[in-house]
Amino acid sequence: MNLSVLSAAIWSIVALLALSACGAVAARTRLAQVLIYPLCAAICAAIGALALWGLLRGGSESLVLPLGVPWIGSHFRLDALAALFLAIVGFGGCAASVYAIGYGRHEAAPARVLPFYPAFLAGMSLVVLAGDAFTFLVSWEFMSVMSWALVMAHHKEPGNTLAGYVYLVMASFGTLALLLAFGLLAGPEGHYDFASMRDLVGARPLAGVALMLALVGTGSKAGLVPLHVWLPLAHPAAPSHVSALMSGIMTKVAIYGFIRIAFDLLGPPQWWWSVALLSAGAVTAVVGLLYALLQDDLKRLLAYSTVENIGIIFLGLGLALAFKANGMGEAAALALVASLLHAINHATFKSLLFFGAGSVLSATGERDLAAMGGLIHRLPFTAALMLVGAAAISALPPLNGFVSEWLLFQAILISPSLPQWLLKFLTPAAGAMLALAAALAAACFVRAYGMAFLGRPRSPAAETAREVDGFQIGAMSMLALGCLLIGILPGPVLDALAPIARVLVGQALPAQSGQPWLMLAPLADHRSSYDGLMVFAFIAVSAAASALLVRAVAAKAMRRAPAWDCGFPDPRPATQYSPSSFAQPLRRVFGALVFGARERVEMPAPGTTGPARFTLRIHDFVWEGLYLPIAAGVGRIAERLNHLQFLTIRQYLSLVFGALVLLLTLLTVWR
Amino acid sequence: MSSLDFDVAHLLSGLMVLVCFLMLYQDRLYSLLNTFALHAVVLALAVAWQAYIQAAPHLYVTAAIALLFKGGFIPIALHRLIRRMEIHREVEIVGGVGVTMLFGLALVALSISVMLPVTSSAGTLAREDLAFALSVVLLGLLMMITRRNAVSQVVGFMTLENGLVLAATGAKGMPLVVEISVAFSILIAFIVIGIFLFRIRERFDTVDVSALDTFRGDRQ
Repeated sequence: MNLSVLSAAIWSIVALLALSACGAVAARTRLAQVLIYPLCAAICAAIGALALWGLLRGGSESLVLPLGVPWIGSHFRLDALAALFLAIVGFGGCAASVYAIGYGRHEAAPARVLPFYPAFLAGMSLVVLAGDAFTFLVSWEFMSVMSWALVMAHHKEPGNTLAGYVYLVMASFGTLALLLAFGLLAGPEGHYDFASMRDLVGARPLAGVALMLALVGTGSKAGLVPLHVWLPLAHPAAPSHVSALMSGIMTKVAIYGFIRIAFDLLGPPQWWWSVALLSAGAVTAVVGLLYALLQDDLKRLLAYSTVENIGIIFLGLGLALAFKANGMGEAAALALVASLLHAINHATFKSLLFFGAGSVLSATGERDLAAMGGLIHRLPFTAALMLVGAAAISALPPLNGFVSEWLLFQAILISPSLPQWLLKFLTPAAGAMLALAAALAAACFVRAYGMAFLGRPRSPAAETAREVDGFQIGAMSMLALGCLLIGILPGPVLDALAPIARVLVGQALPAQSGQPWLMLAPLADHRSSYDGLMVFAFIAVSAAASALLVRAVAAKAMRRAPAWDCGFPDPRPATQYSPSSFAQPLRRVFGALVFGARERVEMPAPGTTGPARFTLRIHDFVWEGLYLPIAAGVGRIAERLNHLQFLTIRQYLSLVFGALVLLLTLLTVWR
Repeated sequence: MSSLDFDVAHLLSGLMVLVCFLMLYQDRLYSLLNTFALHAVVLALAVAWQAYIQAAPHLYVTAAIALLFKGGFIPIALHRLIRRMEIHREVEIVGGVGVTMLFGLALVALSISVMLPVTSSAGTLAREDLAFALSVVLLGLLMMITRRNAVSQVVGFMTLENGLVLAATGAKGMPLVVEISVAFSILIAFIVIGIFLFRIRERFDTVDVSALDTFRGDRQ
């Protein structure tokens, strides 16, 4: 066959880049605005299909293009891991593009979005396909810069320039860490292509440092606490389909980078590497959700929930590293597959939720939960689809979120057989944090969904909202269907992930296709098993039966009446439960510790007619304790160095002269 | 290579360093220009000698360019410039002459101690040549930072350029193209700096570059 999967994928990326160039030239014309998103959707679907084919067919391909650094060229490689993440990028990009066909019509400044959107998709695909460190880093930066441009699309809205700035700083920092990591990986001879890095195993004294640098570098893109600060700023600032891509897909590209380095390039792991991953993952999961619980901005809430899910994925990867280091191949495969599946699932339901938030935003113009309410009557389809996403992210069976978290817990349950005492204690603790995060996630999404869609409208905008168009609903339906299918038929998906586990940890889970009743039994089936189809059938049958029963028995007795108002008839919807009142109990429990929350009630003196005031102060300890001091330090140093800008010509020349003489002296003395 | 070849080349390069010191000593613009013309003449001789011993006729062109432009045209033009602007009386050395000369000596010592070990694999002539050339470059820079007057900064810059040409011709096989481009770059630098001088003069009635700083509200 002449055209390999890899070269076809590269041609698709070239097509995306060409589309981006067309967008740059013709973004103001009607034709471009109509055509770019459908074309993106078609190309992304092609990329996804190619990647899926590459994944199912197995094997790997590589390609060297005479681009980039002259004596190295650009290496590209498509193996099972790359194919999986390329499929995530392709299908996620396809869904986002379909959604954008409808959503993009509301775009106020299409010329700021259309040129960068296809390029962003191309950048993400290139990162996944990169086969050497230079190509990887260049694509990585390209992806960062394009997404930055998309974050800055609405740069006049308050807060967006700050978001863009913080994002740019964090992205540069992450790339710096990755650059150093690759420098360590390349070894003293400077083998920058991945194939020779892989062969360098054993001759690498600083592998642990390289892993930590990779964790910082990819973690800053994925959103590990405390490197997450840019996520909740930048993800909401971008247009919603881009938010979905950034939150659902780009964080997965970062995860891909970490898996590639930690499991593939670094060689045999040390057990203590997993300690950092487990603790970072557990802390990220819980802290991310606690932040999410307190947000009133729907998109920001979703961004913080992304932080949580990234924590879960990193926790699973940490477990896989621990098992791999101890030679427990099957358990490592279980943990790795659980993480990969969660990455797929998160890409699916987080995109779905961001689309839903985008639909709400385009229907009401509001991101603030406190201004929504009652949207289930105005946006029935969006509400139903969003409910699927919220249930999936809360890990409710029979949807996909449950499967991956269940698998992860299965892996945690094996952890007592790890030989190291530290891991024996740490892993159950991390498991407990994971359980806490799962419970908090459910609370968080009950709050988000309830405030947005249930109750009475809290603002005129919510009252007059209209359902969004077919493309947006279509894109959301695709993803909701994906959530359901992976949830009830996880077996084939796990089997498709088997080659990845075989390459990365040396062993794979037993094949799931042969199990009776499409059951999922990752280890031995006497140990634990889950049957998504059965659960789905049970839920469907019992729900249908109870619905029929209710309709048959109680329908005649049903009538609508005003709600009980405690004797104070107040027609205003402000008397409903508000988002902050819903979060208050959890804020009372965790807030004082995690956020330093202080509540103060000021009552007017008896006899005066002034209003009582309630003030709540919340601290973001990560921002105040880590980022602001660093920023202040940088500011002070810059202030000190500022007078270098005001020297005379002679003083500048003297500086140059002094530097020259100093270097020459060093050269003489040092040898 | 006969020992006479080497000795003469060595003598000429050494002379260039010596003339550099002469320039550092001058505190009047006219005499500085005259010394610079002398420097260019010595450079032309050194390059011509290199052309002779390397049997590389294109280096004669370089020598001629050095003689004509740096030894003739540019000093004469700068002379006229100074006369038209009436700045020939200005004394403009920063710091004492003695200190500057001592510092210059240290620079020569530095460049010899840098160059000799680094170039141990090269031929003797190239090594000595490079060491002297680096001294000339450093002394040119030193002149640029110890003078206030823009004209003498131009002269310092071109001294530096002379050092580069000396280094380039000392190495065998330097193509003519490079030398011509160097000559042209000097010409362009001269034109630019000449225009620059007149602009400063029009604005501030002086070519003392510290006037720029006071204009900029600089804290000296």
